[in-house]
Amino acid sequence: MSAPLNDLFVAELLRALPAHAVLLSAEERRPYECDGLSGYRALPGVVLLPDQLSQVQKILSLCQEYSVPVVARGAGTGLSGGATPHPEGVLLSMARFNQVLSVDRVAGTARVQPGVRNLAISEAVAPDGLYYAPDPSSQIACTIGGNVAENAGGVHCLKYGLTVHNVVSAQVVLMGGEVVEIGGQALDNPGYDLLAAFIGSEGMLGVVTEITVRLLPKPKAAKALMASFNTVEGAADAVARIIAAGIVPAGLEMMDNPAIVAAEDFVHAGYPRDAAAILLCELDGGPEEVDADIETVSSLLYDCGAQSVAMARDEAERVRFWSGRKNAFPAVGRISPDYYCIDGTIPRRTLGEVLTGISSLASEYNLRVANVFHAGDGNLHPLILYDAGKPGEFERTEELGAKILQLCVRVGGTITGEHGVGLEKIDQMCFQFGSGELDQFHALKAVFDPDGLLNPGKAVPTLSRCAEFNAMHVHGGQLPHADLPRF
Amino acid sequence: MHDFIQSLSVAVRDAAESGRALCVTGGDTKRFYGGEPIGDVCAMESYAGIINYEPTELVITAKAGTRLHDLEDTLAKSGQMLPFEPPAFGERATIGGTVACGLSGPARPYRGAARDLVLGISCVNGKGEVLKFGGQVMKNVAGYDVSRLMVGSMGTLGIITEVSLKVLPGAQCSVTRAFELSAQAALKKMTGLFTQALPVTASAWHDGVLRVRLSGVEASVNAASQELGGEDDPAGDPFWLDLKEHRLAFFDGPLPLWRLNVKPHIEPLDLPGAFLIDWGGSTYWLKSDASVETLDSMARSVDGYVMRFRGGDRSVRCGGLDGVAMRLNRQLKDAFDPKHVLNPGRLPL
Repeated sequence: MSAPLNDLFVAELLRALPAHAVLLSAEERRPYECDGLSGYRALPGVVLLPDQLSQVQKILSLCQEYSVPVVARGAGTGLSGGATPHPEGVLLSMARFNQVLSVDRVAGTARVQPGVRNLAISEAVAPDGLYYAPDPSSQIACTIGGNVAENAGGVHCLKYGLTVHNVVSAQVVLMGGEVVEIGGQALDNPGYDLLAAFIGSEGMLGVVTEITVRLLPKPKAAKALMASFNTVEGAADAVARIIAAGIVPAGLEMMDNPAIVAAEDFVHAGYPRDAAAILLCELDGGPEEVDADIETVSSLLYDCGAQSVAMARDEAERVRFWSGRKNAFPAVGRISPDYYCIDGTIPRRTLGEVLTGISSLASEYNLRVANVFHAGDGNLHPLILYDAGKPGEFERTEELGAKILQLCVRVGGTITGEHGVGLEKIDQMCFQFGSGELDQFHALKAVFDPDGLLNPGKAVPTLSRCAEFNAMHVHGGQLPHADLPRF
Repeated sequence: MHDFIQSLSVAVRDAAESGRALCVTGGDTKRFYGGEPIGDVCAMESYAGIINYEPTELVITAKAGTRLHDLEDTLAKSGQMLPFEPPAFGERATIGGTVACGLSGPARPYRGAARDLVLGISCVNGKGEVLKFGGQVMKNVAGYDVSRLMVGSMGTLGIITEVSLKVLPGAQCSVTRAFELSAQAALKKMTGLFTQALPVTASAWHDGVLRVRLSGVEASVNAASQELGGEDDPAGDPFWLDLKEHRLAFFDGPLPLWRLNVKPHIEPLDLPGAFLIDWGGSTYWLKSDASVETLDSMARSVDGYVMRFRGGDRSVRCGGLDGVAMRLNRQLKDAFDPKHVLNPGRLPL
């Protein structure tokens, strides 16, 4: 199968790029047909692997000239279909931009290319006692360019922030090929905060070609506690009490019983299999502060009904405590043929209400749900267990997922805390935002990409799509036009 | 919809239709800042009050006209604070104006800027549409981050009506260490602090003295003081407050006050006038009648830019925007406020 693209366009690409940077055959394009949301697939028209700024400029200028859609891609670990290819478009892989360009030890920053892996930044600056704070669970594989596109978080965001708090500037190529530096090397920058608009924009506004990240000194001490509870409410209460005591933990994570059992069976982290919930709490800073906080937190945990509180005795045990949480997704993957990860954020105080709601929705749909929760910042990841082999089960799962997200919005939260909207949650955008907000998003997008060629059909739905979606909703989840393509 | 918001929306729509400008005003404490305000006053001060504050969520939501001091007092009662330490420049300062101006105080390099702490914003754009972006939760990546885009926009993209902010526990204990140092030695020490794991929450040099503030639990602060050295400065707290509010003697006098935001560096700039270095070496405050061109080229030599902060000729444009970035800024203004109704000229575009 040959690429479904204009011959002149392809000829120009081949003139502008070395042959090895242009993948045209179906076999070569196949590995790029999906990202981490593998339920959505499309064979891209062509895959391009540039390694020079000027090549990216030329590609975006040709795409503009020939009206060809462009989907940029980092490592493809995203979970919302943000990098799902366009069948008549360019899949622009930034994988070859993989160099740490410089480390500025005076300013405490590093200039990196977008294809550098998240963890590789921290590894590169570790000899200086520094690190890059945001640590999404995929940090071994995901790239900093993808992190910028999705405003990636991690388990340490409550204290250290998201990507938007840890990136100071970026070089960006716009559709048409113009290059602009947004943000800046100073702490405050002139004009509107274009960098804030760009981070988390899901590849809709431009292609990032260089990034300056802020580096932090490694804390002198870090200790982790694990507490088990026989009610979820007890664990939720403990979270609120810890924050009320004036402590901001470096990490504060909760898992419910199905997630605990799955993780324990998988990595043997030492979790109590009979607990209704566990809390993992990491405290870091100066050794004196950490010791004082450990004492306060331990007694608060017991006050809230913890059955047991264990402190990691050494670094190995601390890593083991975390390994269960960090491997929770694959662990759940072992106990079910398939699972679907939801990414809502809720005000923490509504946790009990939301978990009860999820549990009754799950029985309504006859599906099992395991919950992992970034308890510190309210980001909830219900994992719906299903079997794609059973007819209709994936559709039921998606519907349950949508209902859970509606519940998150209803209690004052959001449909996505850190995974992005992408293709996956584009319909759910219709109940988070009204037409005025969506119009404003489209106007903002048009400033950067007036022809709508960057990642078309993702992140922000058209008003007509929402009209259709809302009309569908009236029928209580019964799709009236099942034959209409929904994505 | 609240009557006030309804009439605000109508007022903006009318202004857009008739081609009049609106001068959006909170407590009128930062009138000196940015370009000359023009247009019919659109007063936000009466739309005040805290809408939601749950200390255990670390989030506060308030109407734009809420006084900054009232909001800070409310937080203090629960032992919490606004981490970005915003300057008020007067009793009447409002939270809406604070966010619109996007100014942050001495803690900014260590605890984040106004833009880092904003979680959600409700606003009326230049077409009179009532819009809501972001929310009351820490993590939210649905849609473009318009709430952060509004921070520092000087009310030129939309009239901020409500704002949600992340707050943090206040420090149990704060001490200031003082060192007698040249500007050069101070810069070396200040920039070194970026890569040292110490609980630093402010650092500034002026008149031969570097001051570093350490905050946290007492035992930690004491240990860090030992490690850092220097002398204890018992007048530390008032110093940081007076620096934030521009009440130090340095800020007096008729000369224009400039601000140079720069990349942290080690060789101090040889500026034409008295200066104070703040933010760990990434901001210079300067009293000078030098030309904007002179100061601009000095700022650019360290990857920065200059802005006229207070006094001097408000019509002189500065701020370092040009080329594609300037075009994008102007187009963004058009995307939010196509008729240029809202605070025209307050941002140097």
